[in-house]
Amino acid sequence: MSAGGAADAGGAADAGIAIEAHALTRRFGPVVAVDGAELSIPRGRIYGFLGPNGSGKSTTIRMLCGLIRPTSGTMRVLGLDIPRQAEALRTLIGYMTQRFSLWEDLSARENLAFMASIYTLAPDHAVQRIAAAVEEYRLAEYLDRPAGTLSGGQKQRLALAAATLHEPPLLMLDEPTSAVDPQSRRDFWESLFTLAARGTTILVSTHYMDEAERCHALAILDRGRIVANGPPQKLMAELPLQVLEIETEDTVGARAALRGLDSLRSLAQLGLRLHALLAPGEADVVARVERLLAEQGVSAVVRRSAASLEDVFVGATLAGGGGR
Amino acid sequence: MLPASLRRTRAIAVKELRQLSRDRLTLGMVVGIPLVQMLIFGYGINYDVRHIRAGVVDLANTQASRALVADIASSQVVDIVARPPGAEELRRMIVTGEVHAGLYIPPDFERRRIDATRPVAQVIVDGTRPGVDTAVRAITDAPLPGRAGLVRRATPAIEVLTEFNPERRTAVQVVPALIGVILSMTMVIFTAIALVRERERGNLELLITTPVRSIELMVGKILPYIGVGLVQTTLVLLVGVLLFDVPINGSLLELYLGAGLFIAATLGLGLLISTIAATQFQAMQLGFFTLLPSILLSGFAFPFEGSPRVVQYLAQVLPLTHFVEILRGVILRGATLAELWQPVAKLAAFLVVAVGLAAVRFRKRLD
Repeated sequence: MSAGGAADAGGAADAGIAIEAHALTRRFGPVVAVDGAELSIPRGRIYGFLGPNGSGKSTTIRMLCGLIRPTSGTMRVLGLDIPRQAEALRTLIGYMTQRFSLWEDLSARENLAFMASIYTLAPDHAVQRIAAAVEEYRLAEYLDRPAGTLSGGQKQRLALAAATLHEPPLLMLDEPTSAVDPQSRRDFWESLFTLAARGTTILVSTHYMDEAERCHALAILDRGRIVANGPPQKLMAELPLQVLEIETEDTVGARAALRGLDSLRSLAQLGLRLHALLAPGEADVVARVERLLAEQGVSAVVRRSAASLEDVFVGATLAGGGGR
Repeated sequence: MLPASLRRTRAIAVKELRQLSRDRLTLGMVVGIPLVQMLIFGYGINYDVRHIRAGVVDLANTQASRALVADIASSQVVDIVARPPGAEELRRMIVTGEVHAGLYIPPDFERRRIDATRPVAQVIVDGTRPGVDTAVRAITDAPLPGRAGLVRRATPAIEVLTEFNPERRTAVQVVPALIGVILSMTMVIFTAIALVRERERGNLELLITTPVRSIELMVGKILPYIGVGLVQTTLVLLVGVLLFDVPINGSLLELYLGAGLFIAATLGLGLLISTIAATQFQAMQLGFFTLLPSILLSGFAFPFEGSPRVVQYLAQVLPLTHFVEILRGVILRGATLAELWQPVAKLAAFLVVAVGLAAVRFRKRLD
């Protein structure tokens, strides 16, 4: 049922779901790269994988593309059983690797033309799609330059243009912005939202908090496990930790004083501010911290703060690591 | 419109040609390697051994012995460069490599001349050097006027007729086969690297997520290099005909058909290597690993009839063996491909097996 699988995609059961994975596990020898991942990614949304290097983001994406076989577990991507029906999936996905993987000795135009023929777009349709991509991703100026001479941001746009020429309903982007300046990253995300608005499902991995926060929903990965998932606002609102900001001239003294707190889970310094995550449960935590600092002779202003996505990330990875 | 499969194959082939046309160094090698090799080997290889450095010990020192030495010297097979005083010194000079052959004339030379049962002199040959032994033997068989009193025939018992190369020129034997050797050198490495380079640069990870099939990728990669190989064939043939007067007795079309088949088979081998090697360095090493046996066992330089059975079987697996057979057949003997169906069929079988294995081994996966 290689062809039938694609038709199933429209079935009532998974009408709104682009990617489903159950107990997905991949081992490389003794290393468990992905450990029992559960995924349910709705269509037409941007879904993020947030995690440090080595957390299993790339391995998961590669398994979902059918490039790597899982050790165990099941996957359905656009209604297709992966890896069994991986070949049928090829025309339905666009893939961007971490590293620029178009041909650096070919011009931007030649790269696009090559990808159009590989996806066997009809010649006049190919011309039309390339023209549209050049317009949309502002490639006109660089069209005849070897791709290897383009800047990080230009390569990025070219790679996205190439991955979307055949209008795939699903895009898999593996750390697409790791070699790109902030302005180009912003532009790139504008393009992703445009694609999502047209109904494209986008799975994107990143280790940038600001990018993760732009996703409709995300999964936080830590050492192969999904330690939290959901829309970023929901994750931030429901963070089971208290967030304090402590402003002081004597950051060294304050840090030393705070280390005595049992409930302290994480402490980070930003200039003259300390950002603390504390276990929930304590009634008047602000008063307690103020008292503690005063006892040590540290003058400081303590206030509660809303959780950021970074707090969610730190909290989730702490739990995953069994506490530190 | 072409079927999807052919369109993808063509796209790969066009891309490959474009990349090749941008790569100046490789383009230079496409033309430069065959020309340089052809000049070096065409002029350099000569089975007709001459001017071997030799020493003479003449303990008789009679008129006849001096005449014998002069006759041998005039044959030009040996150059007499030393006259050591005795047999011991002569041996010493062969050990040190000062001379590679020596003539020893004993004191009783005159008595031996009239005794037909004993040799008149001895030639000592350095057996470590290929070809010297055979060449020096030839002078001992030569009719030397100085060897008076020796019984010899006016005409040989059996006449030898050297067909297709009556002047017994080495170039005629070597140049046609050189086409095969030169193509082996460039083709295997070119393709082996073409695929491994894409893997190293990350292009392959992108390609395997597209609908392109393994066999389309393999064939698309081979096609442009068949063209490159035919260009090299033409270059070598031109040099062979213009500089070395090699006659082309067979059909030029059949020669090119045979060359195309061999090139495809060699490229198939290159692709197979590329599915094994992880880096360009490994691909190069594996390429050279197949090259040396090809050159030494294919019958290009030495007849493999003398090799042990096992090695002869090994030679049968090497595509160059069959191509050398085809080249000599078509170019020199004027044979047709139909008459040479055996090596043609073996080459075709090699091509199918190599490309098939490469396509099977090349998985569209990363693990």
